[in-house]
Amino acid sequence: MAFPLQIRALSAFYGRKQSLYRVQMDIAEKSVTAVIGPSGCGKSTFIRCINRMNDLVPTFRIEGTLLYHGVDIYQSDVTDIRRRIGMVFQKPNPFPKSIHENVAYGLRIHGVKNKKEIDQTVETSLKKAALWEEVKDRLSQSALSLSGGQQQRLCIARALAVEPEMLLLDEPTSAIDPIATARIEELLRELKKNYTIVMVTHNMQQAARVSDTTGFFLMGELVETGPTSQMFTNPSDQRTEDYITGRFG
Amino acid sequence: MSSSGDLPKPRLDPMHAKTLRRHILPRLKDRLFAMVGLSATLLSLLVLAVLFMDVLGDGLSRLNWQFITSYPSRKPDQAGILAAWVGTGWLMGLTGLIALPIAIAAALYMEEYAKKNILTDFIEITVANLAGVPSIIYGLLGLGLFVRWMNLGRSLLAGAMTLSLLVIPAVILSSREALRAVPNSIREASYAMGASQWQTVRYQVFPAATPGILTGIILAMSRAIGETAPLMAIGALTYVGFLPGRGLFSRFPINFDCLLEPFSTLPIQIFNWVSRPQKAFSVNAAAGILVLFLITFMMNGMAVYLRYRHQKRSRWS
Repeated sequence: MAFPLQIRALSAFYGRKQSLYRVQMDIAEKSVTAVIGPSGCGKSTFIRCINRMNDLVPTFRIEGTLLYHGVDIYQSDVTDIRRRIGMVFQKPNPFPKSIHENVAYGLRIHGVKNKKEIDQTVETSLKKAALWEEVKDRLSQSALSLSGGQQQRLCIARALAVEPEMLLLDEPTSAIDPIATARIEELLRELKKNYTIVMVTHNMQQAARVSDTTGFFLMGELVETGPTSQMFTNPSDQRTEDYITGRFG
Repeated sequence: MSSSGDLPKPRLDPMHAKTLRRHILPRLKDRLFAMVGLSATLLSLLVLAVLFMDVLGDGLSRLNWQFITSYPSRKPDQAGILAAWVGTGWLMGLTGLIALPIAIAAALYMEEYAKKNILTDFIEITVANLAGVPSIIYGLLGLGLFVRWMNLGRSLLAGAMTLSLLVIPAVILSSREALRAVPNSIREASYAMGASQWQTVRYQVFPAATPGILTGIILAMSRAIGETAPLMAIGALTYVGFLPGRGLFSRFPINFDCLLEPFSTLPIQIFNWVSRPQKAFSVNAAAGILVLFLITFMMNGMAVYLRYRHQKRSRWS
């Protein structure tokens, strides 16, 4: 199995406060890697290091390296990295524009002008996100008229439109209802055939259901990482066992 | 005797001091405050209504086509507001052209680009203070800077630049407010797609803030339209026998000289008529006020409509 993303001794700081401690992790290609841990353990910070969203925080800095296909992410062009590594956020955040415009936005900013090509990509992206059937007759309506679960799938379609190789999901189902959550989990199982997925989740059952590999974070440290089945049945670290059996967190 | 008889009775006896303090007084205070608030609101409405009815009674009979299409005159029944309202139109248009690009660019820079440090804090406070400076001060500044030093004379251009000084801080403040109201999740979504900062501002943040920015612009402009003091200070004329800005295209591409001609505006014309002794002129003034009222109401109405549309569209959370 190939590991396109290799994280080496990653430490992260907000000002003087350190929130990640020398994290080592390899992300496997075309699989779902779940990142679990209690609130404030640094899992969101971790995932935001990968597509450099933390660059937007003025006092933020990292130590260590993230190698993406052997190239240091922090030495690369940030817009290129973000195009190749898409992201979906905790709260659905569609643009206050039409459904079509939401998906087309990524193409437009990367210079695609051909209307036919844009329309085609909008359709395939919405199909990949399992939203096409629900919205094909109202592409020109506001994205804000969709339900929360639909909005989140629209955000996934929007991220897929620029043909990324990897998807980062930061607690993608924590703001939506159980039925919509089930649909998104099903979608993730489908998407991992073609994309490398890293997902932060609060929900351990979700990690168990969807992911192939799981990493457990605690107080900024990656305590343990391994195949999901093994992590949930036979963890090697006592702290992992305490967390997944619900003794804390 | 049933067991419930043993429970202590709720003590809602109004004479009981504790009941009074805990239950009755707070409710009374609530009611009292609501009454005070309501009467304050009604009072301001009442003042406006009385003012409007008074002006309406005085001026409505004078408001006719002749009044709107005539130049000022020594004879009150032949006088009109043509030069004044055309002057107001030109002045507002020029002020918009000068002030809005500067104000919006400044707001975008301060809100989206500038780093937060002592310098930007200082600029922020200064802008907020400028928005509160009395307009006559801007008039004197305009007189010294534009009329005398830049030698623009008592011209339309000098007037527009003076009013711009007044409009810019107000529009900066309201535009920054509108930009700040755009949720950060929109910016994040755009950046996560690989957009540059300029693309994020140009395609997402600015369009989302546009209704709010427009509302602020209209409110600032509708305040500026009624300004008299700064224009008096730079010496706007009260008798203009020609239309300002005529012959703008008489020379290729644009004949800027016509912007250097003297001008009058509605508030100046009204002020002039009010200060005359003849009764007929104060009737003219009342009619002029009605026209000014109408313009301001229309602009405010537009602002309310834009805000309403904005609220309907922006259900981000």
